[in-house]
Amino acid sequence: MNKKLLSGPYILWMIGFTIIPLALIVFYGLTDKSGAFTLANVLSISTPEHIKALWLSLGLSFVSTIICLVLAYPLAMILRNRNVGSGSFIVFIFILPMWMNFLLRTLAWQTLLEKAGVINGILGMLHLPKQNLINTPGAIVLGMVYNFLPFMVLPIYNVLCKIDDNTINAARDLGANFFQTLLWVWFPLSVPGIISGITMVFVPALTTFVISNLLGGSKILLIGNVIEQEFTKGSNWNMGSGLSLVLMIFILISMALIAKYDKNGEGSGF
Amino acid sequence: MGQSLIDLVNISKSFDGTMVLDDLNLSVKENTFVTLLGPSGCGKTTTLRIIGGFEKADTGKVIFDGTEINDLPPNKRQLNTVFQKYALFSHMNIAENIAFGLKIKGKSKAYINDKIKYALKLVNLDGYEKRTVDSLSGGQQQRIAIARAIVNEPRLLLLDEPLGALDLKLRQDMQYELIRLKNELGITFIYVTHDQEEALTMSDTIVVMNQGYIQQMGTPEQIYNEPENAFVADFIGESNIVPGVMLHDELVEIFGAKFACVDRGFGVNKPVDVVIRPEDIELVEPEQGTLTGTCTHLIFKGVHYEMEITTPDGFEWLVHSTTLCPVGKKVGLRVDPFNIQIMNKPASEDEEAVGVNE
Amino acid sequence: MKNSKWNLRRIWQDFYLVIIMIFLYAPIATMVVLSFNSSKSRTQWGGFTLRWYTEMFASRNIMDALQNTLLIAFLSALIAVIIGTAASIAINSMKPVPRTILMGITNIPMLNADIVTGISLMLAFIAFGISLGFQTVLIAHITFNIPYVILSVMPKLKQTSRFTYEAALDLGASPLRAFFKVVFPDILPGVLSGFLLAFTMSLDDFIITHFTRGAGINTLSTLIYSEVRRGIKPSMYALSTVIFATVLILLIISNFAPHKKAEQ
Repeated sequence: MNKKLLSGPYILWMIGFTIIPLALIVFYGLTDKSGAFTLANVLSISTPEHIKALWLSLGLSFVSTIICLVLAYPLAMILRNRNVGSGSFIVFIFILPMWMNFLLRTLAWQTLLEKAGVINGILGMLHLPKQNLINTPGAIVLGMVYNFLPFMVLPIYNVLCKIDDNTINAARDLGANFFQTLLWVWFPLSVPGIISGITMVFVPALTTFVISNLLGGSKILLIGNVIEQEFTKGSNWNMGSGLSLVLMIFILISMALIAKYDKNGEGSGF
Repeated sequence: MGQSLIDLVNISKSFDGTMVLDDLNLSVKENTFVTLLGPSGCGKTTTLRIIGGFEKADTGKVIFDGTEINDLPPNKRQLNTVFQKYALFSHMNIAENIAFGLKIKGKSKAYINDKIKYALKLVNLDGYEKRTVDSLSGGQQQRIAIARAIVNEPRLLLLDEPLGALDLKLRQDMQYELIRLKNELGITFIYVTHDQEEALTMSDTIVVMNQGYIQQMGTPEQIYNEPENAFVADFIGESNIVPGVMLHDELVEIFGAKFACVDRGFGVNKPVDVVIRPEDIELVEPEQGTLTGTCTHLIFKGVHYEMEITTPDGFEWLVHSTTLCPVGKKVGLRVDPFNIQIMNKPASEDEEAVGVNE
Repeated sequence: MKNSKWNLRRIWQDFYLVIIMIFLYAPIATMVVLSFNSSKSRTQWGGFTLRWYTEMFASRNIMDALQNTLLIAFLSALIAVIIGTAASIAINSMKPVPRTILMGITNIPMLNADIVTGISLMLAFIAFGISLGFQTVLIAHITFNIPYVILSVMPKLKQTSRFTYEAALDLGASPLRAFFKVVFPDILPGVLSGFLLAFTMSLDDFIITHFTRGAGINTLSTLIYSEVRRGIKPSMYALSTVIFATVLILLIISNFAPHKKAEQ
């Protein structure tokens, strides 16, 4: 009995600073400036400007997620097979950038990609024409992949490590070649990690405004930029909240996916 | 004599500089049940994994049915493995697990379904097709692992301590089950275990291994009754290993007492090791015994009494007998000549380890 | 034959690892190099200098931001550890249903998008009448740190046997004494790694701080953001290098210290 009281401060804290704030977003999102109920804020997603930002966000984060998955899966497999005996240092090396300040990582790419940046400098030295690298959707995708790749690697790696070597050996023993083993054993068994990785990349990519701001310039607006501007510049909080509610639909879908495929928290990155 | 199905020729293997197998030679005949028996770390599992293709020997040849298969990957080998802890595919149901190898070979649906039915019947689990792996008990998972392997009609089945995770009663049931399967299917079994009782119960041939060497190879009776060295004698069952002197053929002196035996050819006045099984020692009246001693320890074991008889030289003889000798009582020890097993003393540690191949 | 094939595969794997490693570290390495470059150009090496570091340490803005960042990271981690550890003990002793509900709530700040968390907290602070500043950033950081503490402590709690606690009670210890003498030492590694994790997450955060900080206060992240939009100064590279080195050291401590203990 006594022990349960220890959760008191936590419960109060979470009600005050997680539940009520989320309720406030719902409240703001569904009311107008006078406090009357309206769906206008949520429906404003369908205005051409907003829908364009949403589509672009979905498109870029989708592409980034796929690239991350394609890069991360072989990496996680190699790391898993290497990890036996040799300690986790090599894994640590690949997870480390995840803990680097997010802004610094983006800043680094800005340095590389800018018109007067390192890459163009190198191209210049080789007497090659300068490329317009920054302020393109490609630069944003690069920034997303760079920032979120470790979030894909870690959960997949964790799940792969839990697969018994003999399960793989059994598939080989029963006649499966490398690709058959990959398709019928590795992939199905790592679904929790893949799902977890996808959401850990997709959600922050979908909602980012920093990467698009620093690498995409002012012309490329993602849905995150639109919302951020409603709160910091336009100060139309109701509309910002309404658009956030739209975003939350995607977040809820991700949470549901995780709950369905990763029941034991196997893919959890931490 | 049948054709030999698998031959290991001069196999050596080391991990990180530690020698696990040293110049190992082993030949397994078609349709036999061979058990690799030894303590953990003796190299038995490594031997199995080399046959299965999961490890590659540093030197030597693996010959399967007359063809060298050193470089053949596991998926191309005509053999299947039943893994320790079963290694079932947890994301597939039972039928899918069993069908795995057949699907890869591109067998027809009808054929696969027939095979699943047949295999499940064979392991006494009819109707389990749709069950999940998690819903089965350890013993049932074990049977599925066997079914999954045998539907592929391998010529050789490798079993890596398959009963290790089961409780005693289930182990015993599964031992009979495995003997039955082997007889019904006519497949060659190579079985790895550290459990000597399992090995004695099931095998046609037992290969006793230690520290990467084969110590002795033979039928269960040979291994039990005529151990070739102290390691085998000690590892298989309980035994009294005592120093003795072979006075001449068929007579050995132990602690000053002369025992008649049946061994010949050791020479005259040669120091030897003598193995006497605890159940082979008869307790008699002190004056009738070849040696006399005093009972110093007594435990009732159900089938028999386990006693320690200390002889005046201080040696504690382990005796299993239905005759009770209370602690403190003087008693005579007698052994039938054919129950005395004479072994050469190892000249060095190394010789002890080197196996004698027949 | 097989050996060469196997070696080839190994070579491809190494090649892949190296490529990814370059991709991950080249940008960071570039910044580290540029932080010592006396030329302001990004492509020309003007010689080694510590000028940008001195400039950085002399900057009032940067030093204030640094102080705020460290203070917030330390305080938020500390408070999160106290609340989170207490909550873990309570949750661990709960029945499945309330436990699932509380763990679900715990997951919200972790799975939710930072931008939504940030906005929602900002709306709440304004609704509660708390003026935006140091205190709101601190509260926000505690909020997103608590789940990390719980996730670090819970596994350790599950490992500790209920019986050792009961044995302590049986031997006459009071519940409080039994906890601090028997349970707490067992979960201490989890508590410490929870603290370090929370500290690092706080250092790393930008988005939530961005929405909850108000006008007057900067952390390093928000400072970098506003500076970068005006054009990158080399002192930013110096700052990046310092932060990178700090995070590296913290992570090495948190990753390898408890592991070593477990191995012994």
